[in-house]
Amino acid sequence: MNMHSPSLLKIDNLESFYGPIMAIRGVSLQVQEGQIVTVLGANGAGKTTLLKTISGVMDPEKGTVHFNGKAIEGSAPDAVVRGGIVHVPEGREIFPILTVEENLRMGAYTRSDHAEIEKDLGLVYQYFPILKERRQQEAGTLSGGQQQMLAIGRGLMARPKIMLLDEPSLGLSPLLVKEIFSIIRRLNREQNVTMVLVEQNAKVALDVAHYGYVMELGRIVMSGDAKKLAQSKDIQEFYLGAHQETQRGQRRWKQRKTWR
Amino acid sequence: MDILQLFVSGAANGCVYGLIALGFVLIYKATEAVNFAQGDFMMLGAFITLGFNNAEYMDLPFWISCILAIGIMGLLGYLLDFVVLRRMFGQSQVAVVILTIALGFVIRFIAGVIWGHEPQSLESPMTGVEVRFGGLVLGLDEIVVIAVTIVLTIALFLFFARTKLGVAMQASSQNQLAAYYMGIPVKRIHSMIWALSGIVATIAGILFASKSSIDPNAGLLGIKAFAAAVIGGFGSLPGALLGGLIVGLIEPFSARYMPAGYSQIMPYLLLVLMLFIRPHGILSQVQTKKV
Repeated sequence: MNMHSPSLLKIDNLESFYGPIMAIRGVSLQVQEGQIVTVLGANGAGKTTLLKTISGVMDPEKGTVHFNGKAIEGSAPDAVVRGGIVHVPEGREIFPILTVEENLRMGAYTRSDHAEIEKDLGLVYQYFPILKERRQQEAGTLSGGQQQMLAIGRGLMARPKIMLLDEPSLGLSPLLVKEIFSIIRRLNREQNVTMVLVEQNAKVALDVAHYGYVMELGRIVMSGDAKKLAQSKDIQEFYLGAHQETQRGQRRWKQRKTWR
Repeated sequence: MDILQLFVSGAANGCVYGLIALGFVLIYKATEAVNFAQGDFMMLGAFITLGFNNAEYMDLPFWISCILAIGIMGLLGYLLDFVVLRRMFGQSQVAVVILTIALGFVIRFIAGVIWGHEPQSLESPMTGVEVRFGGLVLGLDEIVVIAVTIVLTIALFLFFARTKLGVAMQASSQNQLAAYYMGIPVKRIHSMIWALSGIVATIAGILFASKSSIDPNAGLLGIKAFAAAVIGGFGSLPGALLGGLIVGLIEPFSARYMPAGYSQIMPYLLLVLMLFIRPHGILSQVQTKKV
């Protein structure tokens, strides 16, 4: 990563707890402006907790989160959204009996620049034409893929500098995953939205990201350029599911991870 | 003619039940807590208006008393959430229920100390005035109750459907977590919902006290309104009003056409029946989450 330009988001030694359980144990990471940074990891690795701590839904026990050089750890969620970080949560979490358009407008709740909100609504409809078609429909009646589009569009309505995306591929067909990720890539390029992308689907995530971190049991165990990560043996074995042929033509039954 | 008369007075009663039920539903939808002091809010609102308005107390003009009482009860609702209920966050539902029941006792006691335990009537401009439609004799108060309820319903509908704050209230009741993520100040919105339900309860109280009398135990009417809310569908605002109307109408009709005593148990009989047939109530918004 380019260490010379100051990072847009800088996290140092972050620790967060669910009651007595330490969910993230001293995580540090950096996100440069204009990048897509992915955080990979299995269930329970602490990825979602990390995002929740950044967006202020959870308060950290220790550590700092700097956004644009300002410490934001422990701020209320509405202050964080106003500052320019929006969290698109796991499992869509739309407002089921509001219409699609009302859902989108709620994304702009912290803003009061009406003309600009209308403009951004047009922008969201441009990226997701299906939402425009269904704008008067109750959001709960949308399909899973459309709900994910709505969740991303709603996040966009806050006009964020950074978007925290939690498992956008969850429960979607491969075709839809492809579509969603191509839109994520376009948003990053065309609207200059920096993304922090949490994923279990390592293949698509590393494909779209510039830089990647791997989390396990609340710690970052590996990081690097997305391309390099995709080629590393550990990532291939444990996250991309590559099978190495051995002399006997079988998969070795026990492979140790290099970071353990 | 007889039936029409029963219908109008039943509907007027039903509107009061409906408005109290509306307060139940507002708070339940937003905070998932049931405010069993809602009836006592109604009583307190009525007594505050009465305290400002009646000749033996402050003798202010009727409209000013109403506005003052509505303002005070709105503020009280807000502060109650801000000071007391916000601290209950994360506690079990039962704890909140018990808290609101206790709150009801406190309000009843305070009202008794200030205004006494005798039934009193609000001296409003519409008491005792009769309106004649052909052979039909109606109290002006009954017509006003129905009219005010209709106007208030339309106003609330427009508020929830058209204003940013109203939509945000709906949003945070549908998905509190997502509302947090969108930067909606959920806690402040909860306090505002409590304020709103205090205001609605006061309007119900003013209407109730001007068409009959009120005493500190009038808040127990809230139980009937609770039944109304369940019948209409807990969680649905139109359902609360509909449930109120049904309970309001069934009372005078069963008093007229059934053996004595039945009219008191009819609302609860209906409640039990409803729980057997359609536990979600008549107009319920039940949706399943898609994966």
